[in-house]
Amino acid sequence: MSYIVEMLHITKDFPGIRANDDITLQIEEKSIHALLGENGAGKSTLMSILFGLYQPDSGSIRVRGKEVKISDPNVATSLGIGMVHQHFKLVHNFTVTENIILGMEPHKGPVIDIRSAEKKVEEISKLYGLAVDPRAKIEDISVSMQQRVEILKMLFRDAEILIFDEPTAVLTPQEIHELMQIMRRLVEEGKTILLITHKLKEIKEVADVCTVLRRGKLVGTVSVADTDEERMAEMMVGRQVSFHVEKGPAKPGEELLRIENLNVKNVKGLLGVKNLSLSVRAGEVLGLCGIDGNGQTELVQAITGLTKIESGKIFLRNINIANLPIKERTDLGLGHIPEDRQKHGLVLDFTLGENFVIHNYYEKPFANYGILNKKAILENAERLIREFDVRSGQGAMTPARAMSGGNQQKAIVAREIDRSPDVFIVVQPTRGLDVGAIEYIHKRIIAERDRGKAILLVSLELDEIMDVSDRIAVIYNGEIVGIVDAAATTENELGLMMSGALRKTHAAPQAVHV
Amino acid sequence: MTFELLLQMFPIALMFSAPIILTALGGLFSERSGIVNIALEGIMMVGAFTGATVTVLLENSTPAAAWYGLLAGLLAGVVFSILHAVASINLKADQVISGTALNILAGGLTVYLCQIIFHQQRTRAFSNGIQKFSVPGLSDIPVLGRMFFKEIYPTFYIAIAMVFITWFVVYKTPLGLRMRACGEHPQAAASMGINVAKMRYFGVLVSGALGGLGGAVMVLTADIQYTLVSIHGTGFISLASLVFGKWNPFGVLGAGLFFGFSTALSFYAKDIKFLAGLPGEFFYILPYLLTIIALLFFAGKSVGPKAAGEIYDSGKR
Amino acid sequence: MTTRKEKIVLPLIAVLLGFVLGSLIVAFTGRSPLAMYAAIVKGFSGIDILNGQPLNSRYIGEFIIQAMPIILTGLSFAFASRTGLFSIGAEGQLMIGSLSATTVALLVRAPTVIHLPLVLLAAILGGALWGAIPGFLKARYNVHEVVVTIMMNYIALHFNNFVILHIFGSVDRVKTAPFPTTALLKSPFLESITRNSRLNWGFIPVILALLIFAFIINKTTFGYSLRAVGYNKEAARYAGMKVNRNIIASMAIAGAFAGLAGAVITVGTFNFGRVIQSAEGYGFDGIAVALVGGNEAFGILLAGMLFGGLKAAQPLMQSQGIPREIAGIIQASIVLFVAMKFGIKMVLDKFERKQAPTTEGDRV
Repeated sequence: MSYIVEMLHITKDFPGIRANDDITLQIEEKSIHALLGENGAGKSTLMSILFGLYQPDSGSIRVRGKEVKISDPNVATSLGIGMVHQHFKLVHNFTVTENIILGMEPHKGPVIDIRSAEKKVEEISKLYGLAVDPRAKIEDISVSMQQRVEILKMLFRDAEILIFDEPTAVLTPQEIHELMQIMRRLVEEGKTILLITHKLKEIKEVADVCTVLRRGKLVGTVSVADTDEERMAEMMVGRQVSFHVEKGPAKPGEELLRIENLNVKNVKGLLGVKNLSLSVRAGEVLGLCGIDGNGQTELVQAITGLTKIESGKIFLRNINIANLPIKERTDLGLGHIPEDRQKHGLVLDFTLGENFVIHNYYEKPFANYGILNKKAILENAERLIREFDVRSGQGAMTPARAMSGGNQQKAIVAREIDRSPDVFIVVQPTRGLDVGAIEYIHKRIIAERDRGKAILLVSLELDEIMDVSDRIAVIYNGEIVGIVDAAATTENELGLMMSGALRKTHAAPQAVHV
Repeated sequence: MTFELLLQMFPIALMFSAPIILTALGGLFSERSGIVNIALEGIMMVGAFTGATVTVLLENSTPAAAWYGLLAGLLAGVVFSILHAVASINLKADQVISGTALNILAGGLTVYLCQIIFHQQRTRAFSNGIQKFSVPGLSDIPVLGRMFFKEIYPTFYIAIAMVFITWFVVYKTPLGLRMRACGEHPQAAASMGINVAKMRYFGVLVSGALGGLGGAVMVLTADIQYTLVSIHGTGFISLASLVFGKWNPFGVLGAGLFFGFSTALSFYAKDIKFLAGLPGEFFYILPYLLTIIALLFFAGKSVGPKAAGEIYDSGKR
Repeated sequence: MTTRKEKIVLPLIAVLLGFVLGSLIVAFTGRSPLAMYAAIVKGFSGIDILNGQPLNSRYIGEFIIQAMPIILTGLSFAFASRTGLFSIGAEGQLMIGSLSATTVALLVRAPTVIHLPLVLLAAILGGALWGAIPGFLKARYNVHEVVVTIMMNYIALHFNNFVILHIFGSVDRVKTAPFPTTALLKSPFLESITRNSRLNWGFIPVILALLIFAFIINKTTFGYSLRAVGYNKEAARYAGMKVNRNIIASMAIAGAFAGLAGAVITVGTFNFGRVIQSAEGYGFDGIAVALVGGNEAFGILLAGMLFGGLKAAQPLMQSQGIPREIAGIIQASIVLFVAMKFGIKMVLDKFERKQAPTTEGDRV
């Protein structure tokens, strides 16, 4: 069998970091080849080089046996290489067709021939089983639909080699399954697929060959059929890992957070959270899972006060905080690890020390009569850095911007846990982190639970939800469609609820879970 | 206010509308491609200075001097806007700061050149700017004829034509689709092989052309020479028109007419019974005040290009 | 390059490039760049390198006079800027400050110790109010401050003229009656030690303003929250800060600095209220000063003196046959080069890397 793509001895440097170090990757035609590695292992960089977004500092690329120089995405396209990006590159207020034809518009004279374009889109989508409405606007269609548009973009350009960059991060288990079928269909039609992922299960399900990267270096290429998940995990992380979170049984106590009939509008002015009720008790982790965009953000922002509610009540202990300012909620014992650490969690241009006091900079000992006490701020920072092992170049004086994502997240976790809130809203705490940091943060969350705190864990990672939570609530279309015991549920059951296909009446919150 | 007075206001209002519409359309190209252009004021100044200067220098040799003036103003606007393009596209400057710098630069540069060329702080006065004319036939239509076709500056028709051309280019052609993609989501455009920098250069240079033309139109219809205060904020008013017009050519047309009339009102206020008692300053303030009020009216509903003003870094990981 | 080094080196390079460009324009239009530099040196010190005149304190006094208001408008822009706002409103706030000062100067009768502070206070409050309006519109309705402050400048201009002409009743349609001396910053002493320059006590409020600026921004909890809002509004909100209140307060304080500048001009350099034909450029000068000064008090002091000297040299250039507008051109180019700092940094980094290859440490 011949190699359709060969990347030989690729090296790529970014300021301060070698993203790819002498990596060789050879891909057989009409196969699904997985590229496995943790965040920051260099997978995306390598694929961006293949797609012409970056130039390698050394090494060569061969396509169909011929050496090529891929200087920009146009060259990649002309070589039949297409890419589905992790963050979809779609123009939100363009139609499906406009997005697909962009840069290659069929035209009659000077005018875009939108009719014939729509027809061609329809034809291709039928051929590969990718149902979409060519006239719909991107902002009006679902995430999995948007992903199909991304795939159609490549097929419209007659791509033969399709790169999928972490394609399943935003999909339900059922949608993931559908995507896998689409991939197989594509291979049957003669395409070659490169799948970038850090999820072993998917590789096992669909890939033929797997290449593992770690910290910019090639670890090895294995046949998927002959290698078990544990072995691949070890190759990825560099040591034996247990993906199971160590924790004892929960000892739930009194109800600390209770939400009653909550309604919240989303940015479009529609109800993003509909008549939602939920409660979290001391000493338990309630996981909230759902597909992105089903009301999680609105719910969290309503609890934490970042957005106004339409109606309903939110009780912290027995105080209705639904209409209190953020500050007062914080003072009453609400903690929040925000979804977006760079947008909400940190002021990137502040130093680490300044970021640690963002909630209480005006209180003693950090300030006196409105004047900052820099010494106290520094000491506080040094204590947290020690206690939580936050690594940074210049200690407390490091600008947050100069820290790695994992350490930024650790800094936020340190700051929030140090305040010891009774009710802790934890959103996507491990997104983009490596296995070590994930383990650490999970351990700290469990530790807080065992200290009797009520924790609401919101995550898009189903594994995280299932591993850390005691109970799991599923949100679909702004409503809780079921609450299940984490130990008793299955991925399949959760998936069906996440897609709205299954409803489970609320497991009584009073019931004791062991 | 009598109907007669309203009819009289039309030619004046349309005269003021034309440069606002042209310049705002320029801003539309720039912002749709993703570059905020508050340098429109400065671009208009450069266009106005060049237009007036060329007219003065040519008027003894050709009767069409003012038309050469318009063309020169357009070209000067293009050249001047290159600075904004280089700064904000190649050198990743903050677009608002770059625009501000160009506005200051335009004031200094034009008067400096006046001193070099004319040895005074302003250009020499030209004897003939763009001439009004009446459209044969159409100007005899009752009411409408007097509104739009009698004693009208042809520059107004140029502005109207530009509205349609802009609409066609932006919404109907591949060029327009690509340009808008760069203003909404440059990474998406780049991933489809579109050269974002090139598209943005196009947007900024067209804004230079139309802004320069707008400046030249303004000085050659509403003034007798170029001075430091010839443009007096019209570039900013154009920017505001772009916002009210929701970045849409026909919206821009409406907003431009609105501001044209509000300016004309200050000239006719003394003839309007219930306005005549107010001091002149009130009417000078009016367009600016209306801008703020209109901004409030549209608050929160802004639908500008998403990526306008963001520095686009193709190497961003 | 480290951030600290960047903050010093990049503005210096911008200044240098600005002067290079200015010299080129002068040379291209057939004038002598040397004469321009001679005029600038003379503007700062009175030293005439072409005709051999010595240091003259009168010129020093005059250049300080020029620097005072633009340091204040620089502080104004910088203060708003630290809260993440781009205020072009200093020009109008200055006019309103000037008008407020004029009002109190003309209408109040009191001894100097009361009258003069009242005049300054009125200017500060007037400017603050004018600044608070766009701040409020930004905070409450999310209307972009750039457009609003520009419009407010034009409204201030015509409003000032309306009050001067129709309420105070200017006789010559240019200025009001002269102020009583109790309202003035003028000082015969300062004039005498600077050979009859117009130097006045205005520099004292300017120095106080610089100190207050640095103190608020760097030392207080209020400054901390303003900077947090400026760097990351969303994070500030998440932390429970009152973002909207900070935006209004920041714009008001920025307006106060600019308003004070109005008083320093009106009761310092002049002694009457004036009709203003068009913007006098103090606002834009302030933007240039703040950007070159890196939005820090000390930098603003230095940049203010630089541009003040440049302004003082303008008539001297004119008398050398170089159009005075070259000063504005140089200033604008400096701002443009400051704006291009990322580009300049890229070039410098490339250069540095060639000099000393691969000394980069790991990113932590």
